[in-house]
Amino acid sequence: MKVGVLALQGDFREHALALETAGAEPVEVRRPEHLAGVDAIALPGGESTTLSMLLDSSGLRPALAGRLEDGMPALGTCAGMILLAARVRDGRPDQRGFATIDMTVRRNGFGRQLESFECDLEVTGLTGTVPAVFIRAPVVEEVGPSVEVLASVTGADGRTSPVLCRAGHHLVASFHPELSGDVRIHEMFLAGAASAVGGDGRK
Amino acid sequence: MPQDNSPNSTPTERVTGGARVKRGLAEMLRGGVIMDVVNAEQAKVAEDAGAVAVMALERVPADIRSDGGVARMSDPALIQGIQATVTVPVMAKARIGHFAEAQVLESLGVDYIDESEVLTPADEAHHIDKWAYTVPFVCGATNLGEALRRISEGAAMIRSKGEAGTGNIVEAVRHLRSILGDIRRIGVADSAELYDWAKKLAAPVSLVQEIAESGRLPVPLFCAGGIATPADASLVMQLGAEAVFVGSGIFKSEDPSRRARAIVEATTHYREAAIVAKVSAGLGEAMPGQEESELAVKLAERGW
Repeated sequence: MKVGVLALQGDFREHALALETAGAEPVEVRRPEHLAGVDAIALPGGESTTLSMLLDSSGLRPALAGRLEDGMPALGTCAGMILLAARVRDGRPDQRGFATIDMTVRRNGFGRQLESFECDLEVTGLTGTVPAVFIRAPVVEEVGPSVEVLASVTGADGRTSPVLCRAGHHLVASFHPELSGDVRIHEMFLAGAASAVGGDGRK
Repeated sequence: MPQDNSPNSTPTERVTGGARVKRGLAEMLRGGVIMDVVNAEQAKVAEDAGAVAVMALERVPADIRSDGGVARMSDPALIQGIQATVTVPVMAKARIGHFAEAQVLESLGVDYIDESEVLTPADEAHHIDKWAYTVPFVCGATNLGEALRRISEGAAMIRSKGEAGTGNIVEAVRHLRSILGDIRRIGVADSAELYDWAKKLAAPVSLVQEIAESGRLPVPLFCAGGIATPADASLVMQLGAEAVFVGSGIFKSEDPSRRARAIVEATTHYREAAIVAKVSAGLGEAMPGQEESELAVKLAERGW
């Protein structure tokens, strides 16, 4: 399966490597024509304000929005999740996403870089724990009924926030599975995407 | 906020300040432009133009050069003003070896510290022990040995130094070619030769072996020092830089806002000459440049 990786800015190389390891064929997407023949899309970590601006100047925004409306499966991590969320708090007023998933996220909700952290997560459907890297990560504050929470972290106050969510064939994470060397989250995405496009998820 | 107040919801064990988290922020900045700003207004202009991060400092390198005197860490009030204005990461500079300035910057909650040759060095033999901090550090390098010594001290990002404040790209190109050329040469060395490389580079053999294995620096390699035009950004990205720092090049030009935006576009679409041409058209005057032979001080020579 050909999976586009939004390559305007951010850690798109790591997503491409993880997707390749998980058995897909990654394709860098910088312009609308790069979406041709792509079955799914990964939106990487990066700066969501910069990505929002570059989506406009590259002409990718309408093209990608159209594909997402047609049901193309999307994987979004950190900034990528912000781009897919219906509601964003603490963003710039001119920052716009695709409003693909019924959820509210707070940009940099886990704090500045000093608060960036690693932890081990228990993920629904996976055995053992998954190493997770959070970088100035967004917090998921609300999810709609169509959204399934697959993993959460608990704060010192006992309050729990979702950090991995599935909505249809879309998968979004506050953390960066592409940085940990463990590709099971990417495999999970490809399995869902394959059932959406019809195929076994492999190239 | 979804709540789970069940008695067995123990707090998740979080580890901060590890190498993966420090290098991780640099990964997120890849393909982007980090802009020098001296006040909150400039920081806003930079963020509006698509900067992935801003570098807070009192004077841009071109002014440090022309004013002379000792250049130090910025006033904390200035850094806090910039932090309050923008949502992108805020970096700030400490003098080489000035670990107390670094402690102050960490306490302010900056997202990255640049232990920078642009400021006047505080220690003529020692760089800061960067492993001791939770905040990540970026350091400059003119060659691979210098880069590996900084990484061994804990730097989570390397930027080629170039010659800051000159608007002249020649030194940045020299340093990038030197670093990346040696990485390529190490890639074809046999295992016995790696020990000699470590000796020549005055760097730990474990890092040399890591490069031989992976074919790349263990941390992201960005480019700084002399970038003044969109084509400059395209040049260094094609040479192998993973992102660019622009110092004096933006706010010493005729139309900072448009030039900043154009350099952002050229950094993303660096392989597409037609896009670089389009964004370069009608930008107004670039910063006035300085020939290498005219320089009284070479900042790149600071650091050891």
